[in-house]
Amino acid sequence: MTQSSFRIFDQIRDCCGVALERWHQANDVEIRADATLPDVRDMVAGLILNGCRLASIFAEDRTAASDDFLIYYVFDHMQDRRFLVVRTTIPSDMPVFPSVAAEVPAVNWQEREIQDWFGLVADGHPNPRRVALHDNWPDIHPLRKDFPFDTVLPPFEGEQHVYRPTLGEGVFQIPVGPVHAGIIEPGHFNFAVAGEPILYLQLRMFFTHKGIEKRFEQLPVNRAVYLAESISGDSSFSHGTAFCQAIERAAQIEIPVRARRMRTVLLELERIYNHVGDIGAIANDVGFAVANAHASRLRESILAMNEELSGSRLLRGIVCPGGLRHDWNDRQVECCRESLKSSEQEFVDLMQIVDSSDSTRDRLERTGILHPDKARDLGIVGVGGRASGVDRDLRRDHPYAAYDEVSFEVPVYQEGDVLRRMRVRVDEVWQSLRIIKQILTILEPGPNRVSVPVLPADCVALGAVEGWRGEILHWIRTGANGRLERCKIKDPSLNNWPALVEAVQGNIVPDFPVINKSFNLSYSGTDR
Amino acid sequence: MFHIFKKAAQTHLVTIGYPHAPAQIPENFRGAPVFDFATWRDARPAAEACPTGAIVKGDSAGRRRVTVDYGLCIYCGQCAEADDSGAVKITRNFELAARERGDLILTAEYPVEPDGSQGELIGVACGRPSGAEMLEPLTQKVQSRIHEVLGRSLAIREVDAGSCNGCEMEIGALNNPVYDLERLGIHFVASPRHADMLLVTGPVTRNMELALLKTYRATPAPKIVVAVGACGISGGIFGMNYATVGGVDTVVPVDVFIPGCPPRPHALLHGILLALGRMEQRAIAGIMSSSKPSL
Repeated sequence: MTQSSFRIFDQIRDCCGVALERWHQANDVEIRADATLPDVRDMVAGLILNGCRLASIFAEDRTAASDDFLIYYVFDHMQDRRFLVVRTTIPSDMPVFPSVAAEVPAVNWQEREIQDWFGLVADGHPNPRRVALHDNWPDIHPLRKDFPFDTVLPPFEGEQHVYRPTLGEGVFQIPVGPVHAGIIEPGHFNFAVAGEPILYLQLRMFFTHKGIEKRFEQLPVNRAVYLAESISGDSSFSHGTAFCQAIERAAQIEIPVRARRMRTVLLELERIYNHVGDIGAIANDVGFAVANAHASRLRESILAMNEELSGSRLLRGIVCPGGLRHDWNDRQVECCRESLKSSEQEFVDLMQIVDSSDSTRDRLERTGILHPDKARDLGIVGVGGRASGVDRDLRRDHPYAAYDEVSFEVPVYQEGDVLRRMRVRVDEVWQSLRIIKQILTILEPGPNRVSVPVLPADCVALGAVEGWRGEILHWIRTGANGRLERCKIKDPSLNNWPALVEAVQGNIVPDFPVINKSFNLSYSGTDR
Repeated sequence: MFHIFKKAAQTHLVTIGYPHAPAQIPENFRGAPVFDFATWRDARPAAEACPTGAIVKGDSAGRRRVTVDYGLCIYCGQCAEADDSGAVKITRNFELAARERGDLILTAEYPVEPDGSQGELIGVACGRPSGAEMLEPLTQKVQSRIHEVLGRSLAIREVDAGSCNGCEMEIGALNNPVYDLERLGIHFVASPRHADMLLVTGPVTRNMELALLKTYRATPAPKIVVAVGACGISGGIFGMNYATVGGVDTVVPVDVFIPGCPPRPHALLHGILLALGRMEQRAIAGIMSSSKPSL
């Protein structure tokens, strides 16, 4: 396809049914436009009808500057390399915005998050209960500018969350969490079961809500990178990179070629170590401990390589706005090359062991099915989406770092079961190895970073990275004194939790751990 | 089945020798920063660069106090990069676990020169600044009993009280064949009612405060609490805010603190064994010594 075929937004503009004002291309990755409040529902419907996907909705408190709130709608389209960011204005004396969650279930939680954090009412939301602040919290809106970050709230005395009752003969509830049996993060699962099969699952998240988006507003940009790395520990480098990309775009600087390539290597290493760990964990959850032992051994060797290349097993403390903090010497690159060679052989052996077990396949196949139409409606991204026919990958659709310099394939399956989610990971590990090999052959000497000027206030930009889990978005507005006015983070887990609810229905309770593991969502990334 | 046996025969012993043998750590690992307080002439660049406020300088009446908190440090190395005098160096030391929160904090005092730099070092002290409150840890007497009762076999319940999941990944790694915690008689259990030790990561969020307290109460005595990572010790980069209460010791008494972001599996092993009295405390505020420096 030619470059022009990746610019479909310009055509859609005229046929989406509403007038989008101040339409302009802000930079290589972003078109910005304004819509009036009454037009919002038609705008969203029109764009979706034309094949767009609503990736994210978020709000911003601008009462100090212009006495209003802004809500942003981020769209993407398979045939455009850019994102479309449509902005609408909510007057502060009438804090209501039209909900589109009934038509676009993908934004259900995101709209409720705006209600909880900003006190803007999502008019017409089918289930407007609290999600991001628990029910027992007082009536506060922490992301409003007049709410001080270090407020100490009194002990919570509000009502606890009321779950949908489980009624009927022989039907009962299994409440699980927030402290789980394994070494995992906290969340509450409320199963309604009839015998072994699960009738439905109710989720309560946001147990690890630690005010990260508000915390970003306190830190200067160079320190905020470390906060970005702590959004979700297993995606430290992806979140760090997404944040740095947003800063770099706001500053309108290009990072050096070598830095782009080095970032690509590290992004893929993060994908490999997590995917390998997950493949082992999925096998382990159906009782195949030997496979897990080999997988975690391989994962350890990749973590050791991470440490050689970045100083940290989780790839922390190397990405910075403008590139990377440290360059690699020849010894490090050679070590990476050697280590990859042995990892490749280890991975062949690992998959031979996993594939040799029929009983493992039997447990994974047709378990935890997420149907492609549901995946599309719920806006499922990343591994979970690609196992259910959602052919999306930001590396290919919105290339960043050095992904336009390498060739790779995006694995997509239609069946949507645990086995296919594992297959997607297996295929992606192969593609990642392929990408790193290509990068290492073209990795030429050069600068590893450029300096980033202190940004003036009110620079706005979007950073997008396909983390190993899926689509990560960071949207920033700079403030005075080199600080941030707002940083919106969208982790792929926020999109994908509803997929778990769909996938477990009708499955037996003992299969829940493996279904949950096959999505392996981040609680901290969701809760922030 | 054939592949499994073939691979088992090909794979040699992968389990590390630590703690019985020295740890093999990759060359580029970023461990604890160390400070040459005697020659340090300007703490401002390092304090300015520190993302979590682990290095703080306060000037008053011609005196400067520089506080370094290893329980807040995320081991990013920015301080050594910002300070070009060579007084701040990154080491590969990871055995930083300490029994007292105050053992992770150093304060150095200098006179301030007219140009804002520091004069001759007046003194260095270790310990928590007065006024900070914390719940009482176990007494010395109980600690020696712990070694007797729990020292040889230990059941751990891991509690994520709000972490970013980085610490969980490293704690999970303790179960893999490389670190193989069970060779030391230690294993993870599914319920606090089966546990002798709570391994808690943080920062403790408002939403997990009650769950942590209930888990602590459900654990039978004698019990040990270990706070893991910068956030578990102090709230870390998240600090204390409307949604978090900070370190684990604001909610339950803590016996051992394991610094790191996240602490590498070796460091976790050291901290757990320190809590059992099976290993010694190696560092006091990053200084590898057995005696506390005095003012």
